[in-house]
Amino acid sequence: MAVSISRSQRPQTEDRERKAESKVGAFSMLAFRLRQALTQPGTYVGLLGIISMVLLWYVLTELLALPRFNKLPGPVAVWKEFTSRTPTYGISIYTPDYYMHIFWSVWRVTQAFFWATILGVPLGLFMGWRKTFRDYTFPILEIVRPIPVLAWVPIAILMFSGIASREAPIIFLTFLAAFYATVLNTMLGVESIDEVYFRAARCLGAKPRHIFFRVVLPGALPFIFTGLQIGVGVGWFSLVAAEMLSGEYGLGFLIWDSYVLSQFQVIIIAMVTLGVIGYFFSAAIRIVGNILMQWTERGSV
Amino acid sequence: MSNNPSQSSAPAPEGAISIRNVSKIYDPEGVNVLAVDNCSIDIAPGEFCVIVGPSGCGKTTLLNAIAGFHNITHGEILLDGKAICTPTYTAPPGSERIVVFQNGALFPWSTILDNVAFGPIVQGTATKREAEEAAHRLLAELGLPDIANRYPNELSSGMRRRVEIARALINSPKVLLLDEPFRAMDALTKGVAQEFLLQVFDRVRKTVFFITHDLEEALFLADHILVMTTRPGRIKCALKVDLPRPRTFHVRASKRYLELKSEIFAAVREEAAKAFAAGERELA
Repeated sequence: MAVSISRSQRPQTEDRERKAESKVGAFSMLAFRLRQALTQPGTYVGLLGIISMVLLWYVLTELLALPRFNKLPGPVAVWKEFTSRTPTYGISIYTPDYYMHIFWSVWRVTQAFFWATILGVPLGLFMGWRKTFRDYTFPILEIVRPIPVLAWVPIAILMFSGIASREAPIIFLTFLAAFYATVLNTMLGVESIDEVYFRAARCLGAKPRHIFFRVVLPGALPFIFTGLQIGVGVGWFSLVAAEMLSGEYGLGFLIWDSYVLSQFQVIIIAMVTLGVIGYFFSAAIRIVGNILMQWTERGSV
Repeated sequence: MSNNPSQSSAPAPEGAISIRNVSKIYDPEGVNVLAVDNCSIDIAPGEFCVIVGPSGCGKTTLLNAIAGFHNITHGEILLDGKAICTPTYTAPPGSERIVVFQNGALFPWSTILDNVAFGPIVQGTATKREAEEAAHRLLAELGLPDIANRYPNELSSGMRRRVEIARALINSPKVLLLDEPFRAMDALTKGVAQEFLLQVFDRVRKTVFFITHDLEEALFLADHILVMTTRPGRIKCALKVDLPRPRTFHVRASKRYLELKSEIFAAVREEAAKAFAAGERELA
């Protein structure tokens, strides 16, 4: 089995075809994954799990109305309210208010997440890459990080009292939670890169900026996306807490407001909405990550 | 049998490595470990030099010093007469001395094309377009034309190692430093990869500094074999391999190969026994 060494030169068109082909490959792979998801028992078992949970909820609250559960709204009541054109408490899929609350929460999380990514990723990259920089900054992060986001509420309100008084503190608190997760994971991502890649890059004549953009950043990408996913999760967590404290719109506000007004169906509607939106945020980040990191995805197929 | 390229047909004017009385002491927490002890090696331009030795004998230490990854404690290393590593100065790693690493170091996040074109682009010696064209050309020349847009983890280990050699070659280095590049391969893949390296070597005649613990591999590839002892790392013996080039796997059945083999096995037998007794991994 000798290795052939041919001197044939490869035409450019062939290259383009191959690129197109690989795109088709990505699409057909998506279709393949979808088909796989629909034919595998896992998907249906998962659905069954959700159905059983709703059923249990129904049995506990509406069918048996056990003590401790009899005050809670059951799934039937919630569903009726949710799909009613004239909801008793003013929140259903037909009311603009419902979408207003969703919009405000999504908008706040998006802004906070944007800032957490813009500031957190570069900071994390530098902390992982430059030891001196890490030595200066890591202790600060480690002391500030365990402070619960809710402890920041007074500071946030004091700090942002001048500008856009309602919005800024909420976004700040949401940002803070997402920021820590992003920085920490990005830093760990850089630390996870094998030293050999740095050496190889230097051998090949790479200057620090090349190493940053072509080794540090792509090498940390899997961890960065883990960080972003965790970040957006804890971001939603802090958002709801912040909205409960101050806000006039948003799902967190809606939950608290409904509790105060004893509109219990609405609480459940807002909670389930949070869950579903949170899931979609997480999934969106995962999809972007998979597109950016085809090298890991392709290899596993 | 006088086909030694270092003397008869050496077109490469550059890439002479001179290792003079080099010692390296690692000093972790005050415990001096003498990794390399007074090593002197001269490698002519375009010569394929193989260092054989058991694990932990300091051969990688030598390679790292040549590459510029760390300094040495005594002596000096010269490349074409210029000091590149002394106790006070270590030339930073650069594209005239490119390392092919033991476990491979293709960037897994870059396509094969981007990997191969990396050197010229970051050095600024070519535009992105020129570098990619050169990479395509080189991959085609090396018989790897169809993998340009793949990612490293889609390829076999043998293929990856070939790409890594291509990634080094595109920069026209003076010296190729190979640190047990075929170590983790199965016997068949290893054979093919070795032949590939020989073909590349026959074409470009760069100076090669190749590390292995496999005596047969050393014999098959080298012009010049140096056997290192373990702790402290010293050159125990040197052997010129006068097998004709170009070599194919047939050479392994030749009479001369078998003679050299018994010669070198006899030479390192004692050292192997010592290493074995010391609980080190056996030679070859």
